Amino acid sequence: MLLLFKNTVGRKIVMAVTGLLMFGFIIGHLLGNTTIFTGPDGINAYAEKLRNLGPLIWIMRVIMLVMVSLHVFFGVQITLEDNAAKPGSYAMKRNLRSTFASRSMIWTGLLIAGYLIYHLLQFTFHVINPEISSMKNFDSLGRHDVFSMLVHGFQSVLVSSVYIAAMIAVALHLAHGIQSLFQTLGLNNDSSLPAIEKAGLITAVILFLGYVSIPAAILAGIVK
Amino acid sequence: MDLILFVWRQKGPDEKGLLEQFAAKDISPEMSFLEMLDTVNEGLIKAAKEPIAFDHDCREGICGMCSQVINGVPHGPQEKTTVCQLHMRNFKDGDSIYIEPWRARAFPVIKDLIVDRSALDRIIQAGGYISVHTGGVPDANAVLISKDNADTAMDASECIGCGACVAACPNGSAMLFTAAKVTHLAMLPQGQIEAARRVCIMTEAMMKEGFGNCSNHYECQAACPKGIRVQFIAKLNREFIKAQIKDSGKRNQ
Amino acid sequence: MILNGKCPSGPLSEKWDRHRHELKLVNPANKRKYRIIAVGTGLAGASAAATLGELGYNVEAFCYQDSPRRGHSIAAQGGINAAKNYPNDGDSIFRLFHDTIKGGDFRAREANVYRLAMLSNNIIDQCVAQGVPFARDYAGYLDNRSFGGAQVSRTFYARGQTGQQLLLGAYGALSRQVKAGSVRLHPRTEILDIVLIDREAKGITVRDLVTGRIDCYTADAICLCTGGYANVFYLSTNAMGSNVTATYRAYKKGAFFANPCFTQIHPTCIPVSGDHQSKLTLMSESLRNDGRVWVPKMKSDKRSAHEIPEAERDYFLERKYPSYGNLAPRDIASRAAKEVCDEGFGAGGSGVYLDFADSLHRLGEDKVRELYGNLFDMYEKITGENAYKQPMRIYPAPHYTMGGLWVDYNLQSNIPGLFVLGEANFSDHGANRLGASALMQGLADGYFVIPYTIADHLAHTTPVKADTEHSEFRKSREDVEAFAKKLLSVNGRKTVNEFHRELGKIMWEHVGMARSEESLKQALKQIPALRDEFWENVRIPGSGSELNQELEKAGRVADFLEFAELMARDALHRNESCGGHFRTEYQMPDGEAKRDDENYCYVAAWEFKGVDNEPELHKEPLKFENVELAVRSYK
Repeated sequence: MLLLFKNTVGRKIVMAVTGLLMFGFIIGHLLGNTTIFTGPDGINAYAEKLRNLGPLIWIMRVIMLVMVSLHVFFGVQITLEDNAAKPGSYAMKRNLRSTFASRSMIWTGLLIAGYLIYHLLQFTFHVINPEISSMKNFDSLGRHDVFSMLVHGFQSVLVSSVYIAAMIAVALHLAHGIQSLFQTLGLNNDSSLPAIEKAGLITAVILFLGYVSIPAAILAGIVK
Repeated sequence: MDLILFVWRQKGPDEKGLLEQFAAKDISPEMSFLEMLDTVNEGLIKAAKEPIAFDHDCREGICGMCSQVINGVPHGPQEKTTVCQLHMRNFKDGDSIYIEPWRARAFPVIKDLIVDRSALDRIIQAGGYISVHTGGVPDANAVLISKDNADTAMDASECIGCGACVAACPNGSAMLFTAAKVTHLAMLPQGQIEAARRVCIMTEAMMKEGFGNCSNHYECQAACPKGIRVQFIAKLNREFIKAQIKDSGKRNQ
Repeated sequence: MILNGKCPSGPLSEKWDRHRHELKLVNPANKRKYRIIAVGTGLAGASAAATLGELGYNVEAFCYQDSPRRGHSIAAQGGINAAKNYPNDGDSIFRLFHDTIKGGDFRAREANVYRLAMLSNNIIDQCVAQGVPFARDYAGYLDNRSFGGAQVSRTFYARGQTGQQLLLGAYGALSRQVKAGSVRLHPRTEILDIVLIDREAKGITVRDLVTGRIDCYTADAICLCTGGYANVFYLSTNAMGSNVTATYRAYKKGAFFANPCFTQIHPTCIPVSGDHQSKLTLMSESLRNDGRVWVPKMKSDKRSAHEIPEAERDYFLERKYPSYGNLAPRDIASRAAKEVCDEGFGAGGSGVYLDFADSLHRLGEDKVRELYGNLFDMYEKITGENAYKQPMRIYPAPHYTMGGLWVDYNLQSNIPGLFVLGEANFSDHGANRLGASALMQGLADGYFVIPYTIADHLAHTTPVKADTEHSEFRKSREDVEAFAKKLLSVNGRKTVNEFHRELGKIMWEHVGMARSEESLKQALKQIPALRDEFWENVRIPGSGSELNQELEKAGRVADFLEFAELMARDALHRNESCGGHFRTEYQMPDGEAKRDDENYCYVAAWEFKGVDNEPELHKEPLKFENVELAVRSYK
């Protein structure tokens, strides 16, 4: 079992499994957040439900923290090794099959990690923009007013822009990451690879559109 | 036709190298790429200059000795073709051609376009075989092997060990090379007995030699002159997972 | 001197078993005290080094390539013969033996060939156990194909890359021993001399091709597995580095060179496209099953193939050999093609047409693609021509050399301790090799013969204490260094390639497929003249103390320039036609080879007497007790 954290393939499997769980989270998070389109009732009720899960939510959070940490740690370690394995570069190099997304995984990954911290500080720990925090504001039913927090937050063009930029990084990361995890877990064969690559790309685009639709709708005044 | 060549010149492993410009004149489109270099070298020798050193041997695309990155692509622009089988009709009069050695930490340059690929041999030495003695084996037809499995084993075993996959990989990984051997042997009943051990020690050996990790860019498949496919890397990954499960199963007994 | 091949007595089928019983063994505990050198890592070398290492000997393996996986055995396409009789079509060990003897035009030793046929079955078992992915049928059994010179299906194959797969199997076995520590590899190292102490082979002198360092290695036995010398023709299907240096320098140290004139020319290669040509590429002979060979009836016809109407085409093989037609044996087809080209009927300047139009019409393009697709692709890669649309052009090319160092039944040369395996020896193919037999011989020698016979030699030998400072080793080093210095000091105006190309032309014209007394005497005049010019006018840049590919080539060409003379001399002395050796004076009225069993039924083994002196001929008479000497006819 030790090989899982030492071996070149083992660490990739760790990357794939942690990536897969985070991918699951990203889907769940988006599904939850789309309740914003049903108005304050939807998302505030959803937030209330999450809150009522009590210790479960904390277990989830700890698991996610471990996943993120492993993913980042091995991602950085692997990249450093890879760079060392390829010291000189070609005077002329043509890429035949790799993509911008695949070659920039470490950068999109680090961007996402950075944004994640910002995102948590803003909407979970309310350190940034404490004035809009749902901890202090409540809706008419006495629930934490997540809806207003988001609307107020994203009405700032700056906040929305940073968010959209981060979602571009997420989309690029997923465009390579989804098909990559299938390959790493060995769930690939001659005929499935092109289909998986395409499906990964489409999923990444859908998730991107889904996430961006929230600030877009707020900025456009559709959600207010 | 006339061409301008930019060729990597490097005196020795620890020397600094640089691209040197040469004019290749009166090149026939019927020539192979290496014959074009032969012609250039003949001219250099007559002009009392040092000819370009490059590896080559069989010149029919099977020994795996030739190794040049031509215009940014290992083995040059024609798909599934080694440098020695690449012909000058793939180029146009007046073209500039960049010729560089394989680049990876595990492949130090020996001279000009010649690199040391013994790291690949050491990956095989780690376990890329079936540990059978000479003699004392059963009749060849005693173990039946389905045609599909035999064909897949053959697909993987066609690897010529040239190292183009490493040269193409942005991470300098030898995963396609390793996976081809792991798959070849894992597809056959004779090879399955050692499969779990083999995949672990071969991938460990690959790391020890200073190759990078595979991050699924698939550049290797695009550069491979023999059409070895990245599906074999997926197969290697499966074999690795199987080995881990088997290993933990053993521990629980 | 009359040579003795030391073949065991007794009935043919019991010879090997009886002999094995009589051979001495080395005590397992003593094996590691012996050091064995294996030169070359093709099928013979890799299999020998692996097997000897596994037995417990200390093995040093050398090859000039960067990896032992690249020996030129890797380029063999067709397959490997074995008398398994899996298809139940009447094959047997005796039949394989008989076909091989007959195919070799009765110039091989019966006992050796029978042993080869016996061991062929073990080879297939061994290779399958190693994981060689031979072709299989849908039921999972091994598949066989037919090959030239046999009426049974006995050829095992792995697509068109049988040689590659077998070599990778042997390379795997070798790698396993490297890991176990019993074999040490010396890649990028070229053998330049064999060192004898008290007339026994005790070591070699090599050059590290990367640093230029000259080193000696001592041993209790040496296995030369260095392949053939077809590159004496400059253009051949051999690898660029294939050379005669190891065997020729052993010859200069006293080993006898046997039957050097027996060379095989393969009919279906891609023709030469110009003076720049560096090597020739073979295409499987199976193409002749469905292609028709023709040339224009008009001399130097400039029209392209499809402009030439049916009536103006000469299907010369069908015309000359009505019953075999396009399937006439290798030597006959090759000779006929060269004849028509020499007379000026060549197709578009080079070669003859191999036309698939009829087959494409009869079978359809899909079927032809299924049968020959990879060959058509390869042809297009090299020539840029699409053989579905226009006929292929083919031309014969030197391909394999049956001659080699003389060895006895134990594969030991006349120098004790010097063993010669695979194509480098002369032993099993007589005057002509059948398709799919080269791989068989290399592996039989390496896996199953040498482990027994080398023990017998070692059991009589006390292990040497490594001493490369012995006067013989020192002298060898000095000689090798002086040779390189001499080459480098010429500093003339012509490149090594230019000399090699000229030598090739002489050999192809005068010592090629059809030889005559006149042409051979011509060659014997031209070769020494060219050699003299070489030593006055060759130009080799750089120094000996670095990676210097021109110096490597120069050493090899220098040896070819001497060896070529030996080859011509052997061809001149053999006043008969047999197998790959065709003397125009000795032919039947219909143009078939005329063998002279009364006077030439022997192995001609030559002893070196100095570069400018005639070598001395020794004969090993061939006795045929189990087959009847018959005339080959393919009419």
